[in-house]
Amino acid sequence: MASARGAIERTLAEIGHVLEQSLFAETLSRQPGLLQALDPRVKIVGLLALLVSVSVSRNLWVIGGLYGVALALAVVSRLPVGAFVRRVWLVLPFFTGMVALPALFMTPGPTLWSLPFDWVITRTGALTALFLLTRVGTSVSFALLLIWTTPWNTLLKALSVLRVPDGFILILAMTYRYIALLLGIVDDMFLSRKSRVVGKLSTADERRLLAASAGALLGRSLQLSTEVYLAMQSRGYRGRPRTLDTFAMTARDWAWSFGLVALAAVAMVVGQVGG
Amino acid sequence: MAEPVFALQNVDFAYDSGQMALQDVSLSICPGERIVVLGSNGSGKSTLLKLLDGLYYPTGGELKAFGRALTEAAFADDAFNFAFRRRVGLVFQDTDVQLFNASVFDEVAFAPLQLDLPRADVTARVEAAMRDLRIERLRDRAPHRLSGGEKRRVALASVLSLGPEVWLLDEPTTGLDPRSQSWLVDFICAQGAAGRTVVTATHDLTIVDTIADRVLVFGEDHRLAAAGTPAEILSNSELLLACNLTHEHWHRHPEKPDGHRHLHYHGAPHDHGHERTG
Repeated sequence: MASARGAIERTLAEIGHVLEQSLFAETLSRQPGLLQALDPRVKIVGLLALLVSVSVSRNLWVIGGLYGVALALAVVSRLPVGAFVRRVWLVLPFFTGMVALPALFMTPGPTLWSLPFDWVITRTGALTALFLLTRVGTSVSFALLLIWTTPWNTLLKALSVLRVPDGFILILAMTYRYIALLLGIVDDMFLSRKSRVVGKLSTADERRLLAASAGALLGRSLQLSTEVYLAMQSRGYRGRPRTLDTFAMTARDWAWSFGLVALAAVAMVVGQVGG
Repeated sequence: MAEPVFALQNVDFAYDSGQMALQDVSLSICPGERIVVLGSNGSGKSTLLKLLDGLYYPTGGELKAFGRALTEAAFADDAFNFAFRRRVGLVFQDTDVQLFNASVFDEVAFAPLQLDLPRADVTARVEAAMRDLRIERLRDRAPHRLSGGEKRRVALASVLSLGPEVWLLDEPTTGLDPRSQSWLVDFICAQGAAGRTVVTATHDLTIVDTIADRVLVFGEDHRLAAAGTPAEILSNSELLLACNLTHEHWHRHPEKPDGHRHLHYHGAPHDHGHERTG
């Protein structure tokens, strides 16, 4: 139904979905499991090494093998494997698929399939698209493993320990923090609108309402950012954020760290052999 | 006589838009005083607290803290800034503004870390503040996922970890349930009893006589309308009405224990077994 009520409800549902996903990830990251128990620095370094090996690999079997590793890690970390697979492969075709599509037709090479109107999919084009899709799918899977098994604040702290600039981390932290807050405000705005909308609105009225909401939200976010900066200043912030490192590496962390990096190194070497 | 913590002489403050927030305010606050700043919405209470915390600077008149003028130039001096921030803590009205870190632990550690305190000292302060406010179990939680009462405790802990001599509290009871409100009043009283200066901005008349030695009343014209003891101010119905701090249906019964304040509709049965007196 293309009424204002429909638009409002769709927006509310989307906001609810985003908030639900963030809560879902936080819940998963706090449940027992192999990756959840590892030091976050080990996960960042290990999974980053695997990501690099995926991107430089020129062998589909190696990429497939690394995706198998990602699935195995998801299983031993007690993540919902169905949701893990769907999250990557249902979204991927819309984004990466769009990028990969022209390669099917435009890459010169032997013909794989002939289509009507003289369109031809080449074997080289299909391989290029397949490489792109599998590389991105496997990389996103490793990134998802990190996000689903590490509480957000722990992840940020680990980035800080790994010498990622503090300013960058602070921006990430505040962005995440205030996206949740602003989503809450948007949710309230749309709920209050829903409670007052009776009957159908014309498309023009609907557009006007949405524009007014966007404007109100922008004003609120500007006001909020000014106040937050004052609150930071009040507690001594002078443009140089500082954090407290409370991590401690165990023997198991070291073992997994070496294991993941070694696996990535082997995959990198084997992946150089085309296949 | 001890040097005042804050001394304001004919202070004005106007926003960039030209809108006046405070006009011709002169007052002083002494060490260890418990002050309540009363005023209706928009009377300039929050602005006053931000001026006292050196976040805004007067657009007219002079504001001194610990004997030194609070100006932009003064805060450009790191030594002064650090010394001032260690001594004065502000708890914002909106906890969502104050709680910007990813976890409760980080939130409480933020201020001591910014002030270059030794790491061991920071950890000890954070643990002590979380213990005092009974929020240890929340240490790894994201502040934005907490309840209103929990957020308020974390906001207080984030200032308590500084160990300030001066507390500035902006509408601290807003949105709290009765139990949290009562706990908060006890907390403010404890800070006062420990000799700290506590300035609380509120329009909640029910807590004034418990948490204040002196009351400053701001009118809707953004000027200081009156100053006095809680008893003097709360018994001045004309003043409270003029400053939009009460309504004729809100009244007290001074002859009853704790003044028996309440709100009721005139014309409705008034079955308290006593006559209306105030």
